[in-house]
Amino acid sequence: MDWFETWGLTLIVFLPLAGALLLGVIPKANEDALKRTALLVTVVAFIASLVVIGQFDFTGQTYNSYQFEVNETWIAAINANYHVGIDGISLPLLVLSTFVMVLAVIYSWNHWEEPKNPKAFLILMMILATGLNGTFVALDLVLFFIFFEIVLLPMYFMIGIWGDRSIRKIPGFAREVQTRLYAAIKFFLFTLFGSAFMLLGFLALYFESGNAGGERTFDIPQLTELGASGAFTGTFAFLVFGAMFLGFAVKVPMWPLHTWLPDAHTAAPTVGSVLLAAIMLKLGSYGFIRISLPVLPQEAARWAPAIAILAVIGIIYGSLACLAQTDMKRLIAFSSVGHMGFVMLGIATLTDVGINAAVIGMVAHGLITGLLFFLAGSMSHRYHTREMSRLGGNIKLMPVMGGILAFTAMASLGLPGLAGFWGEFMSLIGSYSPLEGLSLGVFRTAMVLGAIGTVLTAGYMLYLLQQVNLGEPSEEWQGREFHDVDRFELTAWVPLIILIVVVGFYPKIIFHATTDSVVSLVETVFNSDVVASLGSGG
Amino acid sequence: MTFQIDYLALAPELVVAATMLVVFTLDLILPRAKKFWTATVAVAGTAAAAVPLIILASEGTTRSMFDGSYVVDEFAIILKGLFIVSAYIVLLMSHDYIESDRYYQGEYYFLLLASVLGSLVMSSSRDLIILFIGLELTTGPLYLLTGWRKGDVKSNEASMKYFILGVLSTAILLYGMSLLYGITGEVTFAGLAETTTGLGDEPIMVVAVFGLIAGFGFKISAVPFHLWAPDTYEGAPTPITAYLSVNSKAAGFVAMLLVMYLALPDLSDLWAPALWLLAAASMTVGNLGALRQNNVVRLLAYSSIAQAGFMLVPFAAAAVAGADLAEAFSATLIYLVIYAVMNLGAFAVVIAGARKTRSGELEAWSGLASVDTRLGVLVAVFFFSLAGIPPLAGWFAKFAMFRSVIIAGGTLTVVLAAIAAINSVIALYYYARVVKSVWLDDPIGEFAPDAEAAPAGSLRLALGVALVVTVVIGFFPTIATYVGDASRVLASGG
Repeated sequence: MDWFETWGLTLIVFLPLAGALLLGVIPKANEDALKRTALLVTVVAFIASLVVIGQFDFTGQTYNSYQFEVNETWIAAINANYHVGIDGISLPLLVLSTFVMVLAVIYSWNHWEEPKNPKAFLILMMILATGLNGTFVALDLVLFFIFFEIVLLPMYFMIGIWGDRSIRKIPGFAREVQTRLYAAIKFFLFTLFGSAFMLLGFLALYFESGNAGGERTFDIPQLTELGASGAFTGTFAFLVFGAMFLGFAVKVPMWPLHTWLPDAHTAAPTVGSVLLAAIMLKLGSYGFIRISLPVLPQEAARWAPAIAILAVIGIIYGSLACLAQTDMKRLIAFSSVGHMGFVMLGIATLTDVGINAAVIGMVAHGLITGLLFFLAGSMSHRYHTREMSRLGGNIKLMPVMGGILAFTAMASLGLPGLAGFWGEFMSLIGSYSPLEGLSLGVFRTAMVLGAIGTVLTAGYMLYLLQQVNLGEPSEEWQGREFHDVDRFELTAWVPLIILIVVVGFYPKIIFHATTDSVVSLVETVFNSDVVASLGSGG
Repeated sequence: MTFQIDYLALAPELVVAATMLVVFTLDLILPRAKKFWTATVAVAGTAAAAVPLIILASEGTTRSMFDGSYVVDEFAIILKGLFIVSAYIVLLMSHDYIESDRYYQGEYYFLLLASVLGSLVMSSSRDLIILFIGLELTTGPLYLLTGWRKGDVKSNEASMKYFILGVLSTAILLYGMSLLYGITGEVTFAGLAETTTGLGDEPIMVVAVFGLIAGFGFKISAVPFHLWAPDTYEGAPTPITAYLSVNSKAAGFVAMLLVMYLALPDLSDLWAPALWLLAAASMTVGNLGALRQNNVVRLLAYSSIAQAGFMLVPFAAAAVAGADLAEAFSATLIYLVIYAVMNLGAFAVVIAGARKTRSGELEAWSGLASVDTRLGVLVAVFFFSLAGIPPLAGWFAKFAMFRSVIIAGGTLTVVLAAIAAINSVIALYYYARVVKSVWLDDPIGEFAPDAEAAPAGSLRLALGVALVVTVVIGFFPTIATYVGDASRVLASGG
């Protein structure tokens, strides 16, 4: 399978797009054919990503070396290339992406939100898959930018068309608007704002790479090498890091740029929320690890305390906001702010422990929060409300659903033995001893506050369980029969449950892929020079 | 002085001129029921003009006439290609729009072709006189065409506003040119470039340059010379609005940049800050104005003001920073070509949508996609492309713009880049509003039945061409960079 070595990743990225075109020609009425095609496409993409795992060489990976590489000329005039490849850091995320996409299609099978139209919805999902998969394998800044942006359009339509139709009064708007309309445009504008500046940052790097000798380039591996050799320094690098920070931080999202998230997640249709939470948020944190850290290591060190502080504020703020929610889906949405705060705290430590924690944190958050949004969607599908005060006693009405919810909430609060534990725990360990030269005061305070955050996390997850699962069913449900979990839901959820347990008990399944790359990254990039520059008051 | 005429080099212009005359004659001969032949001949003639152009392009040699006043080089060929292709699309859009009125078909095509001829002449001009003739031949017929819907007060208003302000600006432009000639005694760009060196401190030079900027600024509807645009755009027949916002704007742009770049490079201290202000103001005022529009055509009018600002950015930035203008010129050309295609697509979609909804008001467009998905997809493609969202062609236009700014370097340029970045976010909001109406809102009014509203074959063709180009350039921007490279022949003194 030699061709797979070169074109495997391209297949994974563009197969969904081809699927979207194929879906376009299938008549709208033939719903079965549409669903089968979408399922086939996502399953093939998933299997292909498993083959990538099978052929991936896990032994002795070094930093900035990639496998399954393709490097073809794309836009010759500006030296932008179609350069894709994968390493231990991106592999788990790519597999997560193809995997969740399969589950999303399965779940969609009999869950169509108003105004239905499976054809359009599936086409959007396929385009989204291309953008997501593409971002994780892109090794060229222009290519990365394109994939990073492609996801906007389908998500805008998903939220805008299939989203929450309730009417809300939004401060600053003269008239009452439908939640979905407000959330969709807010999501779009925030992300575009960030990525416009991210693009300026990319272009500045491109420009500066020409001054460092050689042709100007958008190539991430080349820029990484230049970065490690200290080509980007001073005010220039500080501003570039800031510009890229805006782009990535909006996507993560980090406090105070997070305000689009609760609206978007709450308003999105179930599958949209799942894809947003499980995969899309990772594009931002992945951008930090893939681009910001290796290309601008000294700036990363300079910005690290600020990132750590914002991350911790995110953790605490997210948790407190959760405690104030009455809407189940909105609570889960805010919990993402907190969880991604741990991921960013891990990254800010600039240590192998911290970055490993970030990657496993991303995977775990993808599995757990994805499942939570599935559950929230299925429950509001049945009760036609998401108000937690009305959902009490759910476990008596729907034992299986309630059981899974209890399990997932436990995973989310970081119970040892389940996937959520490792990311939080290790990122706290990482911030106890961050990269030499970083302010111990800031990071140890961050660790303490983060630890308080884990307690708060437990607090709001238990609050969720107590409100939703426990107690007696409200009188309004008396005499009503509720259909417990159906087979499509089970098919979509059981794999997630299994993986949450597996990653929890055997985290090596992730670390096996990531550790070598991460350790080598930290050792090469955050070397004594960077530490020295910090010491000299940088 | 030799007056050797190179007929192959002039062939595209000659074909268009001949078509004009044929259309005019046919209009006299044909009975009213057969007038549609004038449209067919106009479309065929425009397509035929592309043939000699392709021959010229494949030869790749630079042909120069009249002592270098009229030059057919790679740059001119690319521009003529742009003008011919966009005129072709506008003609396709006009076909049944004009036929439904049944009046003055022949004159319509005659005038439109005259305007196209003007823009072809302008692309080759390398002195002030030919440039002026070309530019005015482009604009003149449009004064009539904007008032084509005689029964409609708005159309009359459009024509009147455009005419009065247009004539005023032409006078100012000509005054600027006459001052230049008076001081230097030169009309060729090459001659002006030599003789204006070091004249930047002369007060009379300042007046001349500002006269030029005001004149060109009107043609490209840059703020503060934009006041005619919204009303004229709304009142004119929609194909003419498309033509105004693409061909006539592009012609004004190219004329301005040719003069600044080839004739007055040493006076950049005078015009660079002015262009910088024009760019920043056009982006900001155009975008903020567009936010408040409820009529699709008016929205596109303000959007085209803002887009003119974006197009000015590379040149203004490079000139202010004293960087390589060739790089900026190529970014502007790339932007112009991509903008032409997607904007024509947007207008074509507006024509189709207006038939379906019987209105140009955004509110009436609510839920259009639920009755006509294909039209909905087209709206999304063209409007998001204008907003610069990948993978549609617009992203590369914005990208090329930002790239040339960053390459120019310097504080003022970075400020301009930041203004452009913020403006592209604002722009998204109103482009997305159109898409929102079409896709996300529930239908409010009644839609015209398919039998009445189905777009004619020619309009479908126009939409198809624009759609394919918009998507293909989005994935393979290399095609557009070739266009940008053509501007480099200017830098090499071609």
